[in-house]
Amino acid sequence: MELFLQLTLTGLTNGAILALAALGFVLIYKASDVINFAQGEFLLIGAYLIYAMVVQFGLHWTLGMVITLLIAILLGVLIERLILRPMIGEPLISVIMVTIGLSSLLRAVVSTIWGNLPQAFPSFIPTQAVQILGAKVGADRLWAIGIAMLMLLVFNLFFSKSKEGIAMRAVADDQTAALSMGISVSHIFAWAWALAAVSAAIAGALVANIVGVGPELSNFGLRVFPVVILGGLDSIPGAIIGGIIIGLLEAYTGGYIGQGLNQVLPFIILILILMIRPYGLFGKEIIERV
Amino acid sequence: MQRGFSSQLNSSSLRPGELQLSVEHLQLNFGGVTALLGVDLQIRQGEIFAIIGPNGAGKTSLLNCISGLYHPQRGRILFYHNGEHDLTHLRPHQIARLGVARTFQNIELFRHMTVLDNLLAGAHIHMKSNLLASLIYWGMAQREQIQFRRFIEDIIELLEIQAIRNKVVATLPYGLQKRVELGRALALRPAILLLDEPMAGMNTEEKEDMARFILDVNEEYGVTIVLIEHDMGVVMDISDRVAVLNFGQKIAEGTPDEVRNNPLVIEAYLGEEHAALLSRPFSKS
Repeated sequence: MELFLQLTLTGLTNGAILALAALGFVLIYKASDVINFAQGEFLLIGAYLIYAMVVQFGLHWTLGMVITLLIAILLGVLIERLILRPMIGEPLISVIMVTIGLSSLLRAVVSTIWGNLPQAFPSFIPTQAVQILGAKVGADRLWAIGIAMLMLLVFNLFFSKSKEGIAMRAVADDQTAALSMGISVSHIFAWAWALAAVSAAIAGALVANIVGVGPELSNFGLRVFPVVILGGLDSIPGAIIGGIIIGLLEAYTGGYIGQGLNQVLPFIILILILMIRPYGLFGKEIIERV
Repeated sequence: MQRGFSSQLNSSSLRPGELQLSVEHLQLNFGGVTALLGVDLQIRQGEIFAIIGPNGAGKTSLLNCISGLYHPQRGRILFYHNGEHDLTHLRPHQIARLGVARTFQNIELFRHMTVLDNLLAGAHIHMKSNLLASLIYWGMAQREQIQFRRFIEDIIELLEIQAIRNKVVATLPYGLQKRVELGRALALRPAILLLDEPMAGMNTEEKEDMARFILDVNEEYGVTIVLIEHDMGVVMDISDRVAVLNFGQKIAEGTPDEVRNNPLVIEAYLGEEHAALLSRPFSKS
């Protein structure tokens, strides 16, 4: 029972962080049909930025977080404006290649600035163990779950209530109609990239707090794929539920069956899903027709 | 029936009868194909102006030029609303922001959103809340939202779609979707409303409803309406003026009666089989 609780909480932590990273991916796909292979690098950059703010510049983590998010917004908008906007109207595969190139570029920039060695990271969120129903869990994991859940809630509210949120959903649904409603589609694309960078940066900061920073954090980007395919590429609730399911499955597999297998499991699930729904990744048209 | 809009539905700054939209020598080509060839139109505030013509005559192309989805090679489109605006090279969202609202021939609703959210998206430009206020949803944003919702509710009431306000659009029958699309265009608080075949594919009863809504919007609230429609009965019934396009050129313009009796129209556009239809008596209800 204790192990189960422990694993559940670990799984929820990873799941919530995955959901945040996946949310950005879904946002971009929903709004502009672009599959962003650089989502993991957004997370990586978020992690290194908070590392730079807290460790290298010695700022308080709240201030560091605010600056990190501001830089993330700027990065998202710039990438959309300078790299993705010229690609509008180009074939899907070209756009995908561009985001793959972008991911290499961002990773190279990060290793140029911060090097390739993993850096230990004095946790900025309290880490002392907390007893929950007999299970011992680091407080930082509870914080991570709390912050991630709060962010997901805020994003949800943003989409259902705010002017920009409604406009984003409208653009995702029908660009021509959105234009005729006075919604600037290019403006909304910029919003999508900025929000994707922000949600990934928050996920990155949460991961960094728990495991430190290192180039391998960008692998989170790969783990986003099983999540979004499980949840549906263009579904925001799907990203959240998918993230939590994958996070829990990883934790349970690692705890009950063995470490190592938990790294593979999400991809086994991915393959199974693709076998049942072969049109998974690029099958938007087919899904639409159903 | 007592209806009152808590805020103005018609956003035009003009008085009825003043020149509102002026299309001058419009020419539009797609590669070697000429869609519009020197089209001139003058539309005045408060009228229902119908554009008719056979399939491929360029009616929708003309509407798309006005709303900025197409850019003509020659000619210009002037729109009067707090001064003169040249729409010719503006982008669609900029034109919409001036108060040019439209519906589409093939419904272009936000299919995965509810009726209410579609209307909210239509009214998007009137929402002033910034990101921060939205995130902290109470306070200003809340008050604005309430006032805003009242306007939306007025539209819902006008179009009699109360029962479906929280339904996802994709689940609605075709006729209702058409009505929701009209509502979404109204939510923009139009100065001029472009309707591309609002009654296409409807049964008689649905057409009558739609005609009534269009007349309401025009007569009670004074919104100028530019209408493309194939149903001659409806066009002749509700329009103040009619322009006829054929192969991208305007071949006639005038009151329904003038157009109906114009031999050019009967010959070039309607052909023999429709001549009988045109001579049917119509009454302005």
